[in-house]
Amino acid sequence: MTADLRAASADRASDRPAREPTRAERPRRRGRFGVPLFLAAVSLAFLAPLLLAVYASLRPYEETAEHGYFSWPEHMSFDYYRQAYTESGMGKYFTNTLLIAVPAVLLTLFLASFVAFAVSRVRIRGGMLLLMLFTAGNLLPPQVLVTPLYALFLKIPLPWWMSDSLTLYDSLWALVLVNVGFQIGFCVFVLSNFMRTLPKEILEAAIVDGAGVWTQFWRITLPLCRPALAALATLEFTWIYNDFLWALIFISNPDKLPITSSLNNLRGQFFTDYNLLAAGSVLVALPTVLVFLLLQRHFIAGLTLGSGKG
Amino acid sequence: MRGSRSVPSKSAGRAGRRGPRRFTRRDTVVLGVLLGIPVLLEAVIVWGPTLASIGLSFTSWDGIGDIHWVGGKNYESLVDNYPAFWPAVRHNLLWIAFLGLVATPFGLLLAVLIDRGVRFSRFYQSVLYMPVVLSLAVVGFMAQLLLGTDQGVINTALGNESDPIDWLGNSDLNIWMMMIAASWRHTGYVMILYLAGLKSVDPALKEAAAIDGANTRQTFFRVVFPTLRPVNVIVGVITVIEALRAFDIVYAVNKGRNGLELLSVLITDNIIGEASRIGFGSAIAVVLLTVSLGFIVTFLVQELRGARDR
Repeated sequence: MTADLRAASADRASDRPAREPTRAERPRRRGRFGVPLFLAAVSLAFLAPLLLAVYASLRPYEETAEHGYFSWPEHMSFDYYRQAYTESGMGKYFTNTLLIAVPAVLLTLFLASFVAFAVSRVRIRGGMLLLMLFTAGNLLPPQVLVTPLYALFLKIPLPWWMSDSLTLYDSLWALVLVNVGFQIGFCVFVLSNFMRTLPKEILEAAIVDGAGVWTQFWRITLPLCRPALAALATLEFTWIYNDFLWALIFISNPDKLPITSSLNNLRGQFFTDYNLLAAGSVLVALPTVLVFLLLQRHFIAGLTLGSGKG
Repeated sequence: MRGSRSVPSKSAGRAGRRGPRRFTRRDTVVLGVLLGIPVLLEAVIVWGPTLASIGLSFTSWDGIGDIHWVGGKNYESLVDNYPAFWPAVRHNLLWIAFLGLVATPFGLLLAVLIDRGVRFSRFYQSVLYMPVVLSLAVVGFMAQLLLGTDQGVINTALGNESDPIDWLGNSDLNIWMMMIAASWRHTGYVMILYLAGLKSVDPALKEAAAIDGANTRQTFFRVVFPTLRPVNVIVGVITVIEALRAFDIVYAVNKGRNGLELLSVLITDNIIGEASRIGFGSAIAVVLLTVSLGFIVTFLVQELRGARDR
């Protein structure tokens, strides 16, 4: 779209009588090779650590120990991936992460969209204050919340079929809860900005037809928010998947840790095989990179939704 | 603004000063429940613990025994005889300065260059914000792969394998390496935000500036940059908040010791370390909270003004 606009403005420029090239046009010619070269170099530098990790993970430890990571490969195999997957129990940790992230993302989106709806569409009293409290809540440093939550979770009993620790502490529920509570603020902020841009008339027509609050929300507003919800879902999944701190604090049983923590299991006590660890890192990073590559447009929309004015 | 609707209502005659009665009983229940749950969650997970942290910071508590009120003693010993405190404050400030003066401007530069419409810009974009989706734990590990002393790539490339530079172990160097690693992710994030902002700048503005004889640099700094104000505010807040929250990456590298002290690390250490000093940890949390709140409030005031204009 921007390209069209730019082309249009270029056309307009050429309609005018011929003129001397302005100073503004000259540096562009100089940058014809410089800019692509610069961008290519920066891109390579950004990609290098990832490529290196993949490269290292394909080579046996003995080889890199002898020649360094920066050497020509003699043997390459996917052996370390198999080993990383089996040795660190990655399948189990990945399941844990999904058990945390999927419900957390769905709950966050549902609850946040209703708050956003109440604030921006129903315009309840005190809505602005609510919006501020939710938004500010998401910006707090997580460590500020840690101690009281830790103490609180230890005191909340859960039946045995929900948590074998019999408390909220050391259960996946704690992580779902804390992620929802913490992330809801960001989604409320983004969604209420988004909902403000929806045409008022649709809702007004529905109200005249006698639609209650629930219908206005579920049947009318939410379907219109689908692009924003898709964007947020992508983004929130990535964030919750990558979470590291909450699990560190609220989980003590190593079997319940999410996948980001599983990397530590690949670190030996006396000796660490960095190539194995590289394979593990690639495996941990793979799901979010895949989500990113497949849903790139949503992901970017999610990051920028919160910042644009609608 | 609130409490009134432009929708004509038959019951308007009976209604009081605040306009027509807006909600049926069912509406009230829906609003009560669906606002109640997220508000309760936000109160229990975010704001309650924040207030509790402030309270706990005036006490001495090991997490198990009694809680003793000690007044400002925690703060006194924090400032006077906790050797890690001032280095952590310095590191946090350095982190803000580095992200703000290096990573953020670099992200802006990349956005401006890509926005000029170079070839392969889609590819550059994808590569440059790929790191945003990576877990900081993975980034921390990749830093070890690159910067390690035995067969680390950088040392191999520099040709000093016999006398390697200890990038991560040397307490004068490692904080810089960590900031570069964190910038790897931050730059991409900032770039996306600015790209979105730049796309919404009216091309006619740039054209007008060019006709008036402004060169590229003048056009950018005097015309384009000021119109990016909303994005600038968001980027500024993200930069500061990210810097204050920095945790995962240093924790993944060496648990935030030996030159990598950060306030977030000190809080975590005091709370989940062997000797849990919860009151003391909370005092550090309150310091971090106070700094963060300053920026959060500034941001919210900005946003609120924007929302009122809409």
